[in-house]
Amino acid sequence: MADTHTATPYGLAHHFDDVEQQREAGTLGMWAFLITEIMFFGGLFLAYILYRSTFPDDFAAASAHLDWKLGGTNTGVLICSSLTMAMAVYHSQTGNKKWLIICLLLTMILGAAFLGIKAYEYHDKYVSHLIPGFDFHWTGHGSPKHVEMFYYLYFVMTGIHALHMIIGLGIMTVITVMARRGRFTPEYYAPIEISGLYWHFVDIVWIFLFPLLYLLGAHIHH
Amino acid sequence: MAEHEVAVHAHHPPTGFIKKYIFSVDHKVIGIQYYFLAIFSVIIGLVMSVLMRLQLGWPGHQFGFLKSIFPIGAADGTISPELYLSLVTMHGTIMVFFVLTTAPQGGFGNYFLPIQIGAADMAFPVLNMLSFWTTFVALLVMIGAIFVESGVVGPIGGWTGYAPLSALGEASGQKGQTYGVVLWIISIAIFCIASLLGALNFITTMLNMRAKGMSLMRLPLSCWGWFTTAVLALLSFPVLLAGGVLLLLDHLAGTSFFIPANLFVNDKLITEHAGGSPIMWQHLFWFFGHPEVYIAILPGMGATSHILATFARKPIFGYRAMVYAIFAIGLLGFFVWGHHMFISGMDPRTGMMFSLVTLTIGVPSAIKTFNWLGTLWGARIRFTTAMLFSIGFVSLFVSGGVTGMFLGQTSLDLQLHDTYFVVGHFHMIMGVAAIFGMFAGTYYWFPKMFGRMMGEGIGKVHFWLTFIGVNAIFIPMHIMGIAGAPRRYAFHWNEVTGEGFEFLKGIVPVTKFVSYAAFFTAAVQILFFANLVWSMYKGKKASVNPWEATSLEWTVPSPPPHDNFGGHEPVVHHGPYEYSVPGAKTDFIMQTDPAIAETGG
Repeated sequence: MADTHTATPYGLAHHFDDVEQQREAGTLGMWAFLITEIMFFGGLFLAYILYRSTFPDDFAAASAHLDWKLGGTNTGVLICSSLTMAMAVYHSQTGNKKWLIICLLLTMILGAAFLGIKAYEYHDKYVSHLIPGFDFHWTGHGSPKHVEMFYYLYFVMTGIHALHMIIGLGIMTVITVMARRGRFTPEYYAPIEISGLYWHFVDIVWIFLFPLLYLLGAHIHH
Repeated sequence: MAEHEVAVHAHHPPTGFIKKYIFSVDHKVIGIQYYFLAIFSVIIGLVMSVLMRLQLGWPGHQFGFLKSIFPIGAADGTISPELYLSLVTMHGTIMVFFVLTTAPQGGFGNYFLPIQIGAADMAFPVLNMLSFWTTFVALLVMIGAIFVESGVVGPIGGWTGYAPLSALGEASGQKGQTYGVVLWIISIAIFCIASLLGALNFITTMLNMRAKGMSLMRLPLSCWGWFTTAVLALLSFPVLLAGGVLLLLDHLAGTSFFIPANLFVNDKLITEHAGGSPIMWQHLFWFFGHPEVYIAILPGMGATSHILATFARKPIFGYRAMVYAIFAIGLLGFFVWGHHMFISGMDPRTGMMFSLVTLTIGVPSAIKTFNWLGTLWGARIRFTTAMLFSIGFVSLFVSGGVTGMFLGQTSLDLQLHDTYFVVGHFHMIMGVAAIFGMFAGTYYWFPKMFGRMMGEGIGKVHFWLTFIGVNAIFIPMHIMGIAGAPRRYAFHWNEVTGEGFEFLKGIVPVTKFVSYAAFFTAAVQILFFANLVWSMYKGKKASVNPWEATSLEWTVPSPPPHDNFGGHEPVVHHGPYEYSVPGAKTDFIMQTDPAIAETGG
């Protein structure tokens, strides 16, 4: 949704004084939006922490069934995508169109790789009957209902995170098309910077999800 | 590249009807859209409250017309307890979300924040349009919640939607609790998204779009009201959204985030749940719910401050203190949600902490009240309708706030919780005081919005009758509460069947009196609606500055042109309340007036 573009000077919407003010508004708006995201995920983390502390053993047992190697790989993939995203912003500021597009495409490839690995993990859980509501079956240590609760939280939190990733990929697609059409200049690069903020934020959410879901006390029964 | 540009709007206004009035990105049109959405919603909410008062005043009596409106809920002409609860729920939800949250902020805030700070529009005009239409969809879904199950019966869980009732669905055995609640939750979730998008737009606009010379301490206090409200909405609505997502999953996906294990409900033992916590819903809800109370009233405080100074012809008393106080109220408002949960099984030490912070809010509230009084002190007051409603706001804020001091104490709250004392308290302060803020805003800003004056004579009659009416409704409710009358009951003592609480027989006349007062007050509002519609077409033409006020909205034509200031950005030289400045030619100095240098004010 491009909401700020009409001519004179390039890229400036009429209700702003200058490009700088417009860039600041966009950045401030995105930061404000990210605060709402923090509060939103905060609610979900609260639910996780509450039930983790209510059923610690069951949650640890359930957590042990997550593949920390895949989760760790995904963490690495996302950190790399944040690097390429930051490089994309840098190249947009220096007006290097070729490398801007390369970095954006790399970011998208890494984002897609994350989703691919996530989908593989989901499939794995499906095969092992660990998706609540789909013939959920638990024979290991701990109460099946409390383990199911862990997996509910796992799927809600990683699912909403994945949804953010998909939205991020959509934004990146739009930005890449705009970059290809030469819409950005060293003076007008705010959309890339603002999309970058969003991308980094989604990465950071995963940085919290990974240890909480995969690592925390996960292997005490092994 | 020009052909790829999306020209959202240029300096000239859009010409097509749809772009101009329906999917408009002009903050003024969006403000009016929000305002009328709230008017539509308030009529629904008002009718529901009249029906509730009819039931409470005369339980067991048969009214033929109820049978035709509610063939299921009132099959024998009396409102069934389920229908009554459904009315309570929808009245509360519609009033809180679609009236108190939309009109003061989305309506007046949208219209006047950009103009008062000297901007051509909100920072993100398209986002602004999306916020309104998302709110509109939320309202449609909410109305759908009433009709989706078996005719006219909606959810029955109250506007707080407490779990586990709200999470159980069919297992609860109650009509309206299956798909009705699902739609209710979805509507709230959509509303959350609309509100947080609106909030980030307000925050960015006020911090980023101010005209030259409009420093933060030269902003009209109304802007501070909208800004603080936006900060509260930004931080609180996402938490409700998270709660809503989990509640919806409890409903649709069979999770048990809010449903405890082995719950015995509706004569059945429900064993499939894992042991969730209904209290967590209360925490998530009230973490939003308490700031929401301030979301409803802070814009009214801002508008009232602005209007009091205008008609007192005096600078606002203690401008900076007013700004800090409104921020303090907003900040403290985030640490008091537990006072809604004193009887939910709370550690007394936690209760003590919540109680202390709650009572602390009395300090900034008192600062505001005394500054309002200080503004009026020794003033040559112009008693316009807007001024009367602003003074009424102060009055209701005091009488509603004082009872908050009662309820904020754990020991008293144990006694008064879930009684009519609470109903009286929150209606006084977040209901009627906030509505008085809206009335004041309407009478004050109507000339600017529609280019015509509202009828002042009829307006004053409207004020006095409404002021007397609301006090007659809500003051007796406190007494009923102290007498022990519980809220959300379809009746306390049914004279026809002789059912109910023996000990509440004595308050039957009070209940009837409250009902008569409610009918009277509801009827008086016809004066307002008639005045509104009549003035829109037949009112006296308004000049640029009919109130001789100083802020920027009074420097532009009534109504303002598409880009507010005709392409010229105003330059601000003065604070917002330069009234009766010694040595000045007029008793007010416009914020944009360059002729007079700093006046020491």
